[in-house]
Amino acid sequence: MSRTVGALLRKELLVELRTLESVPGMALFAVTTFVVFHFALNQSTVSGQEAAGILWVTLLFAAMLGVNRLFVADADQGGFDGFLLAPVDRNAMLIAKALALLCYLVVLELVAVPAFGLLLLGPSLGQALPGLLAPLALTDLGLAAIGTLVAALAVRTRARDLLGPLLALPLLVPVVIGGARSSSELLAATHPGGLQARWLLTLGLYDLVFGLIAYAVFDFLLED
Amino acid sequence: MRTPSLRTLSVATVLAFGFSLSLVFFYAPIEVDQGFLQKIFYLHVPLAIVALCGFVIGGLLAIAHLRTGDQRWDLRSYVAIHMSLIFGVGVLLTGSIWARASWGHWWVWDEPTLVSFLIVFLLYATYSPLRFAIEDPERQARYASVFAIVAGAFVPMNFIAVRLSASYVHPRVLGSTSNLPGPMALTFLVSLGAMALLFATLCSYELAAKRTRILLKSRSRILGYQ
Repeated sequence: MSRTVGALLRKELLVELRTLESVPGMALFAVTTFVVFHFALNQSTVSGQEAAGILWVTLLFAAMLGVNRLFVADADQGGFDGFLLAPVDRNAMLIAKALALLCYLVVLELVAVPAFGLLLLGPSLGQALPGLLAPLALTDLGLAAIGTLVAALAVRTRARDLLGPLLALPLLVPVVIGGARSSSELLAATHPGGLQARWLLTLGLYDLVFGLIAYAVFDFLLED
Repeated sequence: MRTPSLRTLSVATVLAFGFSLSLVFFYAPIEVDQGFLQKIFYLHVPLAIVALCGFVIGGLLAIAHLRTGDQRWDLRSYVAIHMSLIFGVGVLLTGSIWARASWGHWWVWDEPTLVSFLIVFLLYATYSPLRFAIEDPERQARYASVFAIVAGAFVPMNFIAVRLSASYVHPRVLGSTSNLPGPMALTFLVSLGAMALLFATLCSYELAAKRTRILLKSRSRILGYQ
């Protein structure tokens, strides 16, 4: 299993490195969205709950771009058929795709979070950054699990570009609640507070449950 | 197992609804704070409970479909979710009316139950678009079942998350049956039973219609029409 996952993950990352289809687009989208937020809100700096909301919504929408593209090559160019012919556990594909999406999200955040600190955030990012790591990591896990499941569900439908986000956004509302609420006090302009453990716990639990559900049902999406 | 006929179910539903409505209007006392308007509670809350149960039942039926591979379970799951979605429209409408009457706004964000119901409703609204965007009938059933299971598990999770997110909970007029006075609790339970019966009857009608349509299609194919 782990060898299969390793091989699939290497293939995913290699394809992404050679084509650069997802990650640069996601990062560019996030930075452009910050600019759009600046003009839409007509504010040069944001803080607190507003800042956390903007950061999380931007990450969510940028992640949607990656989710939409995650299985397109496999569906259009026979990747699914090749994988199904191999005598390996099918869940390896779920894990490899989720890990690949996780890598994309980490790279996205390496660009988007500093850009956010530079362009929009009022309080200094340096102080808040260590505290932001935990909610960002848990958000990434949730996005990777749910995103992979939704991508696999939507990719072989007629309107896949439309259905992916439509399915994913309601499922990800609890992730946004958890991420944005847990970090709102970290980003406060005056007297920044700590993380809120209650939210991290909710987020972690949600990730776990949907990780398990994705693992349980993914098999049925490949069965043909 | 013999299921009751459509006629029996319809008659039972009409009787149960008549009984529950007469209890609502003539037996249940008028609530002190909200007056007559509180009676929408006997419509709104049973609708919501039945719709949510219908969503979860749709998920359970989908599990049965994936385990057995029998398409009939998928048809049942589809009908349960479809009907719950229709009930869901009723929940949002009656909820809005009630919110307007008691809090003065058509929509209130700090009522976690209403907000979580909206999120669940938005998720299930994508069930039909997803289902009918897949042409192959076998794959359509399988993908719809996967969706139904994921969404069915999402219903309780979402309610927990949204409830946690409400920093303060609105003073709840009638939160649960435990703090209802006797006649109100009785009326509520009868309304809930009538609503569940209505749901079952409508589902049976839709199932019968779908089965007939499938039968007709297969017959006309045998006879060589079209």
